[in-house]
This record gives sequence, structure tokens and C-alpha cells, in this order.
Amino acid sequence: MEMAVEIQDLKKSFDGGKSFVLNGIDLVIPADKITMLIGFSGTGKSVLMKHILGLMKPTSGNIKVFGKNLSQRSEQELIALRCQMGVLFQHAALFDDMSVIENVLFPLSEHRRDLSKARRLEIARHKLKVTGMDREHDQKLPAEISGGMQKRVGLARALALDPKILLYDEPTTGLDPILTEMVDNLILDTHKLHKGATSLVISHDLMAAFRLGDYIVMLDKGKVLLRGTKEEFLNTDNEFIRKFIDKGIRRS
Amino acid sequence: MKKFFYEVGSTTLFFTDSVRLMFAKPSRMPDMIRHMKFIGNDSVIIICLTGVFTGLAMSYQIYIGFNLVNATNLVGPTVALGIFKELAPVLTGLIVAARAGGAMAAQIGTMRVSEQIDALEVMGVNPIQYLSSPRVLAAVLTLPLLCGIFDIVAIQASELLCVNLLDLDKAIFWNKIELWIRPRDVMEGLIKAAVFGLTFATVCCKTGFYTKGGAKGVGDTTNKGVVYSMVLIIVLNLLVSNLIRLYFSLVESF
Repeated sequence: MEMAVEIQDLKKSFDGGKSFVLNGIDLVIPADKITMLIGFSGTGKSVLMKHILGLMKPTSGNIKVFGKNLSQRSEQELIALRCQMGVLFQHAALFDDMSVIENVLFPLSEHRRDLSKARRLEIARHKLKVTGMDREHDQKLPAEISGGMQKRVGLARALALDPKILLYDEPTTGLDPILTEMVDNLILDTHKLHKGATSLVISHDLMAAFRLGDYIVMLDKGKVLLRGTKEEFLNTDNEFIRKFIDKGIRRS
Repeated sequence: MKKFFYEVGSTTLFFTDSVRLMFAKPSRMPDMIRHMKFIGNDSVIIICLTGVFTGLAMSYQIYIGFNLVNATNLVGPTVALGIFKELAPVLTGLIVAARAGGAMAAQIGTMRVSEQIDALEVMGVNPIQYLSSPRVLAAVLTLPLLCGIFDIVAIQASELLCVNLLDLDKAIFWNKIELWIRPRDVMEGLIKAAVFGLTFATVCCKTGFYTKGGAKGVGDTTNKGVVYSMVLIIVLNLLVSNLIRLYFSLVESF
């Protein structure tokens, strides 16, 4: 199986080694699959995502993306790598002074200047269409559309450069059950539509992890507790994971 | 003390990055023109208003003083010198720092707390080049223009008061200004304005860029950015004035 991301003994400390947010992470994220990264708040999920994106440097350890170590890449190579990754942020992180269409056009205007303006506009409109946005919203500002639509636009922007890896940072946190289901379906549909793309979804929603994930990774105190399929999770003897599953199932 | 040196160091690094990336590709010229409009165009009315009343108030006070020693003919050049060299650049700097600098810090701070700056980074866009460099360049280019407008408006207001209400001779008013004011006096003010533009834009962009927390964080950094800018403008005014005078005296001595 081809691996999109390989992480070896990753450690990250923000206080000079007194405590570690990530404390020896060993993890592989297979290509063309949906991997769910779950865990309680403050377990280092978002910090791990920033390391994969090359936005943070590890205190020690290695991260390989598409087979090449991030520490061996120059700044230009890292920028080129980030263009192959798309991120849907928790609150979509749309640029609030740009319209819906301008938000989706932005990465294309930055990195695909070889294309004509008309072609870029065509791509942006197509990406909005596949995420379920009507053209009537093109000229609206992010503040003028609903939270669910903002997520759709955020996803369309993440897809603009046809990334090989899609990262979702707690995409359903704070949403009502209907919107949560909509976003979950959007992730599944997007994954099916983009053949060969690797998806990494950060969440603390256990049911979503079971529903969406080909693989589930559970983090606790900066370490990987378990990486496996849904069945492996349900049959685990680990006391902590069993509690997490029981609480998650009861809540849902 | 440690915090002070940290602030100075981090602001210097931010400033060098902003300047280094000013002309890097891709070009941010359209953004810079947009910021020039915001800093410059949208400040013209308030600068004119301040210029008129500063010119009027200063002329009247100087007239009262000079009238005591029968030297009212020198009201024009004295007002002009004060305005061109000190009041125009300092007041322009302070007003624009409060108006545009506060807005810059708040906007960039909001982008930080709402993950928009993270979004820029993951899209492979250097956030300093995109957010700070065009703003800093726009401020450097715009402040001297605003300072020039302040100069013109204030001296016209001074003439209006001196000639029409205080019965000074118009020809003498302008003749004395021509006699006593050198181009380098006007230049000194314009150079200082550019330095103040550089200062407030860098400080406000930097404080906004490193905002932490939510709405309170944005409020705090906006306040911090404006206060630091204003204090720096006042402190730098003395320093830059002396440096410029030193430069001109060295040039003249050769």
C-alpha cells in the first residue's frame, strides 16, 4: 500500500523540552484512503496537522510526505508541496473581504497564473458546483452566507488546485446534527470524486470517525494509542479507548 | 527589560521581512494601490481639516507674540517653518496612525484569530508579503503626499487669517516666506512623514500579525499598535530631525 505521509518518532515541545505536546508519534497515512484522527481536546491533533503541512518544525523525529523528508525540503519546495494539499479549517477561514468566487479564485490566481482569467474562473465555478454552491451566491461576501455554505466554499477553495492530500480540521465542531451530516457527506462525496486523493480528518466525533474513516487513529497525551480499522477499534482491550467509544456512542 | 528587547527584535525582523519581500514575486501592486487609497484618499478630508485649523491657530498665536515686538512681518515664515518641519509631518503621522494604523492592526488581527493567515500559509502564500509589504510600501508613499497637502492647506489658512483679518500685507507675507524658507525645510518634513509612515505601518501590521486570543486579543493589539506607533512617531521626530539636519550640514560643508 502506498503511503502519503510517514511519521517517525515525532516529538514537539514548546517549552524547551520540559513537556511534549507530541511525544513520539509513529504513524503512516495511506494514500487514497480516509484516515480519521481522533482524540480529546489538547491531545495534539492540530499540532500534528501543522507539522504535516510543514508549518511547524518538529523538536525531533521525521515526517515524510510523498516519500521525501520535510526537513530536507527548501522553502520553495515546501510551498510547492503545500499547493498539493488542501485544508478545510474549522470555521472555513474564508477571506472576509473577498466574495465567494474571489475566495475560490485566490489560490488559482496565486499559483496558476499560466492559465487565462477565463479558465481560472471556469475552474473556480466548477469547484463551487461540485461542493453544492449555486452561482447566485458567487458575489456574496462570506458574512452573507450560512455556516454550512461557508464550509462548502472553504472546501471548494481547498480543492481549487486539485490537491493530493485533503486535510479537514474539525470540520463539524459546533455545527448542528443536520449540518454535521451534510459536512460528513460532503467529505465522503469529495473523496469519491477525487480519485487518488488522501483525506485526513481531525475530529472528536467518534460516530463520524466510524462512518467516514477507512482507518482511525486515536491520539492521547501526544502519543498514538491505536491505529486501525473500525472493527479493530470496537474489539480493542484498551481501557481508555473503550471508555472513549462508550461515551461517544452514548452521546450520539 | 527582556520583553522590551524581544519586542524591538521581533519588530526589526518583521520590518526587514516586509521590506525584503516588497518587490518579490508575485507582484502585490494592485493590493498596494488599494491600500494607498485607504491610507491616502480616505484621509484627505481629515488632514485638510486639521491643516486649516492648525494653520489658523498657529498664525494667531504667533501674531499675538510678534505684535508685542513689532515683528508681524515674520509671522508668515515662522508659521511656515513650524508647519513644514514639525507640525505637518507629526500631525499627519499621528492622525493616519490612529485612523489607518488602527484599522490595519484590527484587520490583520482578525485574520489571525479567524485562521485566515493560517489559510494563506497553507495555500503557499507568504503572509508577510501578502499582508504587510504592500501596506508598508503604501504608507511610505502616501504619508509624504498627505503631509504636502497639510502644508498647502495650513499655509493657505494662515494667509487667509493674516491678510484678511489681521491686516498683514499679502505681498510681504509671501515675500518673507520665499526669503526664509528653503526647499530643504519642506523636504525635511516630507522625509519625516515617509519615516512615520514606515513606522506606523510596520508596528501596526506586526502587532496585528501576532494577535492571540479572540475579540479581546484583537482589541488589545489594535490599542497596542496605535499607542506604540504614536509614541514612536513622537520619539523618532526628534531623532530624524537631527539626522536630517546633520545630513544637510554635511552635504553643505562639502
